[in-house]
Amino acid sequence: MVSVAIFDYGAGNIFSLKNSLEQAGASVDVITSFDKPNIYSGLLLPGVGNFDPAIKSINENSKTKFQDFVEEDTPVLGICLGMEMFFEKSEEGIEKGFNVIDGEIVVLPSTMKVPHMGWNNLEIKKPGTILEGVDDGSWVYFIHSYRAKPKFDDVITAESDYGVKVPAVVEKNNFFGTQFHPEKSGDIGKIMIQNFLNVCKK
Amino acid sequence: MTLTKRIIPCLDVKNGRVVKGLNFESIKDAGDPVELAAKYSNEGADELVFLDITASDEQRATIKELVRKVASVINIPFTVGGGVKSIDDARNILLNGADKVGVNTAAIKNPPIITELMTLFGRQCIVVAIDAKRNYDLKENVNIFSENEKKFWFEVFIFGGKQGTGIDAIFWAKEAEKLGAGEILLTSIDADGTKNGYDVLLTKSIVDNACIPVIASGGCGKPDDMVEIFEKSNVDAALAASIFHYETHGVKGVKSFLKEKKIPVRL
Repeated sequence: MVSVAIFDYGAGNIFSLKNSLEQAGASVDVITSFDKPNIYSGLLLPGVGNFDPAIKSINENSKTKFQDFVEEDTPVLGICLGMEMFFEKSEEGIEKGFNVIDGEIVVLPSTMKVPHMGWNNLEIKKPGTILEGVDDGSWVYFIHSYRAKPKFDDVITAESDYGVKVPAVVEKNNFFGTQFHPEKSGDIGKIMIQNFLNVCKK
Repeated sequence: MTLTKRIIPCLDVKNGRVVKGLNFESIKDAGDPVELAAKYSNEGADELVFLDITASDEQRATIKELVRKVASVINIPFTVGGGVKSIDDARNILLNGADKVGVNTAAIKNPPIITELMTLFGRQCIVVAIDAKRNYDLKENVNIFSENEKKFWFEVFIFGGKQGTGIDAIFWAKEAEKLGAGEILLTSIDADGTKNGYDVLLTKSIVDNACIPVIASGGCGKPDDMVEIFEKSNVDAALAASIFHYETHGVKGVKSFLKEKKIPVRL
């Protein structure tokens, strides 16, 4: 059985994510610090809360840095806010992100209703680990007010259209991110959760 | 493609059972909430809303268990509201598996609670529910409308539609957004339970004044009512209860109908 950890910033519903991982056959621990040894095959940064409180919750409870905890080989799935933390900084706050992917997080255009909330299509740009078996045009559930603006477009494997092209799936080395919530995206989401767990097994 | 319109079955829960009232009153039993949630999710509902209308606080404690059970059987988003009085009530709901929490009376009584909830959990979790009703007794500083040569304004009601507040619904929607609401769940008390269609005037007035998503609620009796509200307003989602509960139209049937009528839906 593949064993993964969800980092809990203490700010909302991680039950659904835990449940979806368990249904896919994983054993799941909820952790609140990076100080204990990393005994996991994968780590999930969930998508609930605000940028600064979440980063602070990690920094205040952990002497060990995120990068040192995961090193180069633990696959990490960042969902929504969790993905946003991969970048250098965010317009949502003043705290620094983990900076494992070059670029920043910016607010969605003011011409659109914010938050971007609901089911939108994926426009697949290129094959990726998370997208294996996922058709172009599949519906996924978004609920966010910010979007990623990567410095290099090659990390984007899928986009979605919401007034601007919103990076929907990013992948770089062992870091995987989705702007939408796979745990809330019905059967398509299940496939992506399984794809991530498949990477963790390797 | 773009963002689809959301179709949201609503489950009014009283003492652990789903019920449906007419104009916020007479109650009929409509089934087990967990079974219904799984059924709607499988049929392609985009989201679910649970409103706990249990009368006493003592019985309301069971909502925590219900939220947990529902979260284990569905993988679409759901909102829980009804009787949320404090930050602790909201935390209880969100940490047990709900994605959003609805606040209504508490937000009117203590508006800063919206900002506190937003700061703790993020704007996207906070749904401000507004129950509004036509008031023909005109006063100053309200948005006046007229229908059939009668003038009125939309007044916000609290305590499950029982008590008027004297507050203009359009003013309150803007205020709630400013305070940190991520979405508005708008119920027309005039239309609720009538099955004569959504309240187009009320919905349009709120949607045109808000920059956050709005869910229309109250009055849906047939799929055509959904077509009408999506065609006549830029509302983001339509909520309905009775048309789904009593097998008159399944979620899938309703969504296929909407698609035929060129409303963008997820199918």
